[in-house]
Order: sequence, then structure tokens, then C-alpha cells
Amino acid sequence: MRFKFLDKITADAGFEAYGKTEQKLFENASLALFSLMCDIKRVEPEVKKTVELKRKTLEELLFDYLDELIFLKDRDVMVFSKFGVEINKNNNYDLYIKAFGERIDTEKHSLLVDVKAVTKHMFKVEKKGDHYKATVVVDI
Amino acid sequence: MSNLKIQKVGEYQYLIPKTYKKGMVVDALIIASQKLVDSMEDEVIEQITNVACLPGLVRYAFCMPDGHVGYGCPIGGVFASRVEDGIISPGAVGFDINCGMRLMTTHLSIDDIKPRIEELVDLLFSRIPAGVGSTGFIKPSKVEFKQIVEKGAEWAVEAGFGRTKDLENIEENGKITHADSDLISNRAVERGLLQVGTLGSGNHYLEIQVVEEIFDPIVSSNFGIHNKGQIVVMFHCGSRGFGHQVATDYLNAFEKKMDKYGIKVRDNQLACAPFESTDGQNYYHAMAGACNLAFANRQVITHRVREVFSKVFGVDDKKLGLELVYDVVHNIAKVEKYEIDGGEVEVIVHRKGATRAFPGQPVILGGSMETGSYLLVGTQKAMQETFGSTAHGSGRTMSRHAAKRHVRGEELQKKMKKEGIYVRSVSYAGLAEEAGFAYKDIHDVVEVLDGFGISKKIAYFRPIGNIKG
Repeated sequence: MRFKFLDKITADAGFEAYGKTEQKLFENASLALFSLMCDIKRVEPEVKKTVELKRKTLEELLFDYLDELIFLKDRDVMVFSKFGVEINKNNNYDLYIKAFGERIDTEKHSLLVDVKAVTKHMFKVEKKGDHYKATVVVDI
Repeated sequence: MSNLKIQKVGEYQYLIPKTYKKGMVVDALIIASQKLVDSMEDEVIEQITNVACLPGLVRYAFCMPDGHVGYGCPIGGVFASRVEDGIISPGAVGFDINCGMRLMTTHLSIDDIKPRIEELVDLLFSRIPAGVGSTGFIKPSKVEFKQIVEKGAEWAVEAGFGRTKDLENIEENGKITHADSDLISNRAVERGLLQVGTLGSGNHYLEIQVVEEIFDPIVSSNFGIHNKGQIVVMFHCGSRGFGHQVATDYLNAFEKKMDKYGIKVRDNQLACAPFESTDGQNYYHAMAGACNLAFANRQVITHRVREVFSKVFGVDDKKLGLELVYDVVHNIAKVEKYEIDGGEVEVIVHRKGATRAFPGQPVILGGSMETGSYLLVGTQKAMQETFGSTAHGSGRTMSRHAAKRHVRGEELQKKMKKEGIYVRSVSYAGLAEEAGFAYKDIHDVVEVLDGFGISKKIAYFRPIGNIKG
């Protein structure tokens, strides 16, 4: 399973994302984020945007990365459906992501709700056995 | 709520004493009925008692009857921190700075509207941008956007969206004068640039409502609500991506700065800074800018409402009596003075999902899209008891995800149409998430406010048309 939506958040929305590697985790968290907003199967991966970040921990990295996706969504009026993820760990975590999507189309994308912020509520990135899990609650 | 440490200390007052948790500076007090307290999540207690640990708090950390779990501070949370040695906390204001409600009256009656309700709602739906990725019809430059941030609703009126008289009936006259756009990140500006005049999604909406009941004819008439059957327009929206980015920027910054001030919080989402520090003041002025953007937003939407009604009825909107009753703010921190322990103290009142309720001031309480809404009036009792504050709506009881499993949006739309409510929504899933059963009963909330006396009910409105993102 790539991700699942959380059931018990009263005010807004959230998900758990999974991945055998950090890269897969970030890819699946990205898919989960946009699946809250639209039918990502209907989003053509035509336009590329890149995100580059350097953070000390995987948690800070994921938080700031998701925040960046929300920013791109609003600034460029886009949703994304495909992600190429590179994460290298040196002293810090270096992230380079190519996000592919297109301009938001009300007719085409079966729009759901607008995610306006990632929150720290229940926010966690953890390694459980042989895979990673991220818990993310977003403000709608 | 299963916690046995709540003590009923009055008909509508439920106390959690300072002894409940180490570090509590004040007691926490839930203003509610037994029914509403019983239905509140246990986490609400944890959150409001964490709030009660913040520095400089006076009297109580309040939770209003519509309270539910938020980020750090519950939605429905109200407290006051001394200006002199207290704090300001972005998480206790909320992400959607100046999410608020506006109410407009009309000269129209249900008989005027009924034959044209679909035409009216359809045109409002096409003319007021809503939903994910919706962009406003105003395309300001960055320079102009900063003017909007500094001037709020006044900018909108000067730009031709509405009338000067509107400003008299908006909290703070629609412009918080201490806003400073220089304290707002370029990132926040870039997020907000295309969203001026948009409604948003989620629990944001615009409704056409009919006056169903009037409880106080004199006050109601003063507010422009004269008859049962009269049509009003109510809408709920905030500062969009812009306000959220301002909140995120300062929340992230404060998390890293608390060590400098020797502040520890029980929940990082309550990260704060001393109000009189440079950091505290920077957020206070940036927050004011986000408030102004939301005021401008609601003013632009008001203009669109007038345009649409005018087009559908074929007369100048002035002849339709589309005037503002009031515009209230739900998420804000303000400097106010209260009598505390025999002396007047200047405090920074935080209202998160709560409304100001000054004596004589209209209070607009939105229910779910199926149950209707109320107009109330603020009272002297609110000044004495709850830092001039009251509830903001009916509060969710069920997650969005769970609500969607109970009903499909298309079915809900049909059901509502049969019940006399014509809804247009950008998202059927979004509509399902807003179903009435996912919310507390607004009548229960109003019974508490009116019974306790912090707001008195003036009129009740039933929805007949609705647009949503």
C-alpha cells in the first residue's frame, strides 16, 4: 500500500504514507497529498517543477518538502501526479525532486478539497521494520 | 468526553482546575451544556489545558461550546495573555487568519427568490471563484497586493468593490491599522497573489437564507432584519493560502526561537514569543496584514453578490437593499482591556474559532449547510465572563473521510434539493464532507450562549441556496 487516509481527524484531513526506501516514502507522501485534492489519475505529468532542499532530519525534510508542494500548487495553480525522487544523506539529507503535473482544470481533475498547510499535528516519520511510515495531517 | 476531572461549577460552566496538569497558570473553563461536554473529544481537554500553561495568561483558558480538536489549541479556544509579560501564539490564532463570516440583508422575500433560486445560485457559482486552484478575477501586482495587505476592505472599496458605508459594519472597519506588509514573506505573497476574491473550499461557502424566526424584533430591526420570510446572504471565508503561509512562517520561526526566551510549551504547535519582543510584534503586525487580506476578500465577494442579484432581478442592487449587517472575525489576536482583579489590564486576547461579542455587536453563527444559522448580539456578560468572546459556529464531530463514507455528494445534493436547499459545489466529495450529520447541532450551541448570556439570539435563518468550493 502506498498510502491511506486517516479516519479520525475531525477538522481537516490526513494520511499515512509508506515506503521501503526514503525515496519511495517521499514519492508516496506526494501522491497522498495530491490525492486529497483531486483525482491524480486524471492529471497529465506534462509540466516539470523541481524542489531542492537540505535538512538535518528526514522529518524536517518531509515537512518542508510537502510545504513546498503546497506553495507550488498555489503560486503556479498546478497539481502533480508523478514524482522522481533523489535523497542523499551526507551530513544532512539532500533532496532533489522532479514533480510532474499540469495546471489545475476544474472540468478535468475531479477536484476535492484545497490543502492549505501541512501541520505538526501527529506529524511523524518513522522506520518500522523494513519500511518507512509518515503520518501527516493537513489543514484544509 | 470520559474525563472525570471536569467539575461542573455553573449551569454552563465546566472547570478543569490548574491542579490537573503541571504548569497550568490558570484553570481551564469549558462553556457548554452537559450534552456538548459529553460529546467533546478527550483531546480537547488536553489541548485547552496545554493552552492554560502558556505564560502571562489571566483568569481562564476558555473553550466555547462548539469546541473541537485543533492544532495545538482547540478550535473554540479563547484566552487572554497580559501584554506586559505575556505571549502571542500563531497556533492559538489559527492557520486561516481572519477566517470570518459576513451577513448581508436584502429587501427581498422568499416569494421573490423562490422562482429564481436556481438562476441566482448558478450565477453566483459562476461569478464567485471557489475550490482548489480557483483564481480571482483581480490580478494585482506584488506592489498592489501589499496595498491590499495594508488597507484591507478600504482598498477594495477604493478599487470600486462596494461602498464606504460598508466599512462601518465590519469588525475593525475592515482594516487593522497596524498591519505591516514588510513583515510578510515573499512566499506568502506569491501564494496569495492569484486568490484575491476567491471563496476557498472545505467549510467555506456562500448561502442564501430565509429568516425563519425572530427572537428580538427591536434589535433585529436595528440590524436590518425585519420580517420572517426576508432573504439574507451569509458567507464564510478567510485569508486563503496567503494567511496560511503567514501562520506557517511564524509558527516555524517561533518553534526555533523559544529557547532564546526561556519559554517551554507543552505542544510545539503552541510555539510563542513574548508579545512585546520584536518577534512577537513582527507576528502581530504580519497577522494584521493577513486579516486585512481576508477583509478585502470578503469585500470583493460582497461586490460580486450585489452584481449577481442586480443582474438576476434586473434592478440596481441599491434597490434590493443588499446592505451589510456585519462582518466578524474568527481567528485573530487583539489587544483589549478588561477588568481583572479590581484593576484594568491590557491583554492580548486570542480567539481561535471564536467570535468577538462586544455589547450591541452582531454575532454571526454559521451552522452546517443543512441546519441553518443564527444572528446573535454580544453582551456585557461576555465582557465580564469570556473576554468579550463567544462561539463561532457548530464545530465538526466527524472526520471528512468518515463523512464521505456515509453519504455520496450527488445523493446529498438531491436530498438537499428535496428539502428546499439548492446547492452548487465544485466538488461532490467536498459536499459530502460538509453533510449536516458531521457537525454539532447549532441549536445546542446557541442554547448555551443565550442561556449563559454571552450572546443573545436575535434571529434564525434557514438556508435555501448554497455555493461551495
